[in-house]
Amino acid sequence: MDAAAYTATTPTEGTVAIEDDVLVVGGGLAGVTAALAAAREGARVRLVSHKESTLRQASGVVDALGVVDGDLVTNPFEAVERLPESHPYRTVGTDALRAGLDLFDSVADYEGSHTDANALVPTHGGTVKPTARYPVSVAPGLASDARSTLLVGFETLPDFDAPQAAAHLDRAGVPFEVRGVTLPFPGDLRADAAITRYADLLDEATTVDGGRVDARTALVERVKPHCSGAERVGFPALLGFEEREAVRAELSDRLGVDVFEVPMGPPSLLGMRLAERLYAALDDAGVGVETGNPVVDVTSDGERVREVTVERTHTRVPYAAEQYVLATGGLVGKGIVSNREAVRERVFDCHVPHPADRYDWSAAGAYGDHAFARFGVRIDAEGRPQDADGDPEYENLRAAGSVVGGADVAAEKSASGVSLATGYVAGRRAGEEVT
Amino acid sequence: MASVPHITVVGGGSTGTGIARDLAMRGLDVTLVEKGNLTHGTTGRMHGLLHSGGRYAVSDQKSARECVEENFVLRDIASHCVEETGGLFVKRPEDTEAYFEEKLQGCRDCDIPVEVLTGAEAREVEPHLASDVDKAISVPDAAIDPFRLCVSNALDAERHGARVETHAEVTDVLVEGGEVVGVEIRHDSGPGKRVHGSPGSTERIETDHVVNATGAWAGRIGALAGVDVEVRPSKGVMTVMNTRQVDTVVNRCRPKGDADIIVPHETACILGTTDEEVRDPEEYPEEQWEVDLLIDELSKLVPLLGEARTIRSFWGVRPLYEPPEVGSTDPTDITRDFFLLDHDERDDLPGMTSIVGGKLTTYRMMAESIADHVCDRFGVAATCRTADEPLPGSEDHAVLDDAMQRFGLRSPVARRSSQRLGSRTESVLSRCDPNPVLCPCEAVSRAEVRDAVDQAGTDLNAVRLRTRASMGNCQGGFCAHRIASELHPTYDEPTVDDALAELVEERWKGERHALWGQQLSQAALKYTLQATTMNRDADPAAAEGDVDWDAFDAGDRPVADGGRGGVHRDDTDGGNGGD
Repeated sequence: MDAAAYTATTPTEGTVAIEDDVLVVGGGLAGVTAALAAAREGARVRLVSHKESTLRQASGVVDALGVVDGDLVTNPFEAVERLPESHPYRTVGTDALRAGLDLFDSVADYEGSHTDANALVPTHGGTVKPTARYPVSVAPGLASDARSTLLVGFETLPDFDAPQAAAHLDRAGVPFEVRGVTLPFPGDLRADAAITRYADLLDEATTVDGGRVDARTALVERVKPHCSGAERVGFPALLGFEEREAVRAELSDRLGVDVFEVPMGPPSLLGMRLAERLYAALDDAGVGVETGNPVVDVTSDGERVREVTVERTHTRVPYAAEQYVLATGGLVGKGIVSNREAVRERVFDCHVPHPADRYDWSAAGAYGDHAFARFGVRIDAEGRPQDADGDPEYENLRAAGSVVGGADVAAEKSASGVSLATGYVAGRRAGEEVT
Repeated sequence: MASVPHITVVGGGSTGTGIARDLAMRGLDVTLVEKGNLTHGTTGRMHGLLHSGGRYAVSDQKSARECVEENFVLRDIASHCVEETGGLFVKRPEDTEAYFEEKLQGCRDCDIPVEVLTGAEAREVEPHLASDVDKAISVPDAAIDPFRLCVSNALDAERHGARVETHAEVTDVLVEGGEVVGVEIRHDSGPGKRVHGSPGSTERIETDHVVNATGAWAGRIGALAGVDVEVRPSKGVMTVMNTRQVDTVVNRCRPKGDADIIVPHETACILGTTDEEVRDPEEYPEEQWEVDLLIDELSKLVPLLGEARTIRSFWGVRPLYEPPEVGSTDPTDITRDFFLLDHDERDDLPGMTSIVGGKLTTYRMMAESIADHVCDRFGVAATCRTADEPLPGSEDHAVLDDAMQRFGLRSPVARRSSQRLGSRTESVLSRCDPNPVLCPCEAVSRAEVRDAVDQAGTDLNAVRLRTRASMGNCQGGFCAHRIASELHPTYDEPTVDDALAELVEERWKGERHALWGQQLSQAALKYTLQATTMNRDADPAAAEGDVDWDAFDAGDRPVADGGRGGVHRDDTDGGNGGD
């Protein structure tokens, strides 16, 4: 490529638009769900996302509704009626949540679908998090399972202090004995090595300890002396990637106890595994996926979105579709952006209700009732973003996931469920329109 | 009186710790009490400018001369706290030529080394300066870390036998027979290092002399002794930017006014400030217009600031003082000079002296003058050595490079650690293997946090001030829990949890003033991480009632023989057979 190509931006005029039935903008859980739901209606679907999927940063557990008014929720479906009417669950209904979870269950290797009750999953901070679905590798660690537990942390992994987490679980009154121990991880990893390096050593059973044994064996040797009395052993979620089944099976077998993983903060191996799984499902469903390029412009006739412009390295490419799904994320995913004066939705400039005074955007306490946590577009029962008057912004635009406001999904532990429910509605409706 | 006089210094800011160090070095028996952390008051809430004196070269030449003198002293004795950034006074087209000349002459009169730069030359130094900046005066301004400075002074005072008690508020000044004879203090969590949850206690300290070095709070201590100390607290806002848009201190060259300085600091820049008199040094409004004013005004000097990301804002109160007869109405007219109030001479109350006014740059000189006064009073002949003896940490630069090699720290971490720790680098970093980085934004490793915990107990804000951990872009989102975990198992789990909660709340307070744009996204991310995955906001361990564990999903696991041994659900539901 010559130097000019780096600086020039090719205009869109005269370029033939890439055309699909449904175009999904955004590649997180909501975007993927919408794309799959639309594809299942028989639509030709394309998904474009700006950045690497935020799924990689997520803990990898899939919550539906875990806390309402500060209280733990046992059954998310029953608790929906306690939410305010403006909540997206109230708008799209619990059937949409069920349908979204069903769709998820059909593509992910997760557990939890055998019951409507939430599971309480111990996470890396030592608290338990209420969640509807959890990876198979997390399942043996649930807090309602009464088996005595050993948690293992590693000196080089400051995100999980196993003895402290064990003490915290004990203080929360979990129905089992729990201890924690901190050990050196086998191999010569740098003190701040990426979590994937740990997984690689176990995946490949790399030879460690001066060529004496492989990494899995070395790990077993280190953990075994601490296992007495424990019926299960929990590790931070790093037990392999490609070979995760084999790694966990081998550790379980050689330690003689069930082995489970504790969900961690970003970057999260559980999140990466889920992203890989869901993107494989998109591929299987024939959804075209393009990552790394932002949508920078929108053309409409006022009623309908005609096309959007995607910026690829210095070329602007028009993408046209019959139906569009906006799933760009909220403040964290940068689908919702702000400046000192106002809050807005980045791609289609949909209406985002927010207080005029920015000091009202947040509350005084770190975990107070933050208005910002609810920032996002408001949708109707069909998933269409509404303008300030409550009318659809565009006939053929739907929104899903964290770009939809009205719910404090962090406080409620409902982020994944809202993505699944709204993603399902947006994708299915969009698919129905074109088939 | 004992053979060695006992002096109680009230106030753990730069002045108080400086006085404690000076008196202890002269052989006096010293107790320093501070109601919060070291730097809790004004010292910890300033923009970190080590003045060249240029700022006062027109309006207050006495202060200007003191500043330039002390500026060069601190470069020697506190080299690990000072970054020699240099400074510029830049003139915009609307700023007057006459004032520029006056400033230049004033600097020369006060022996401040200066150089005049054209607009183009100034932009060579600072490429982001506005294109219409006419010209500039370069001065030896620098950036100083007030936390490290204070902690070094306190550490050295302790090395010379002083007792330093933080979280120890003075609840009474004891007056007997018309003389101050001591203070009563309340320990937040017992004497010594602060530990969350330890019961508080009160203590009576009998003393030969009380030095009131509480700055903006001096009136309160005065009132406890029954004397008037007319400090005029004046608030100012500072806004922290996420990167160093400038590497030089940038001042605007105009008579006076709000929002006229940018100080580069470590990985950030601090914008300052406003000047508004307040009645109470703790209760005053923190207002949006102040933050907006900084950004709007300073964008005229560095346009990039208009769109840049701010990470938090904070307010401090200046301990301004002027003799009541002067009667200035505008706080910007009040002198920045310091005053020693001898209550014996002034109020017929022997046993106590207050020091008010002044500024961080001249803290050592202020300490010297009050130490002279106290020594004079007790007939102690020892002279001041604080200008000659380096503070702990700054003695020997050569050890830094060795330490970097030895600990195999990658460059940014090593460089940052050695900047913070100075000559203590080797001894601190050698204590911990492996030594992962806990705070990636500020490159703070486990060893440094543990060293700070040894000094500060469970007070993670004190740890933060010593190390800068949690002070970067993420404001603790990725590191607060890691820092807290270093307290365990030395301290028990509930104590660690309380300490973490306190750090999180403290970080949030200042962050609220920067909540728009990228920092709002960052705050939302932090909230998400802490509330979603870690569930810190609805933690059953903190809740009142018990959890009904049996009501929740215990897993779809067939009961295994003996309850152990790789029993997995036979799941064919599109899965891979269980991982």
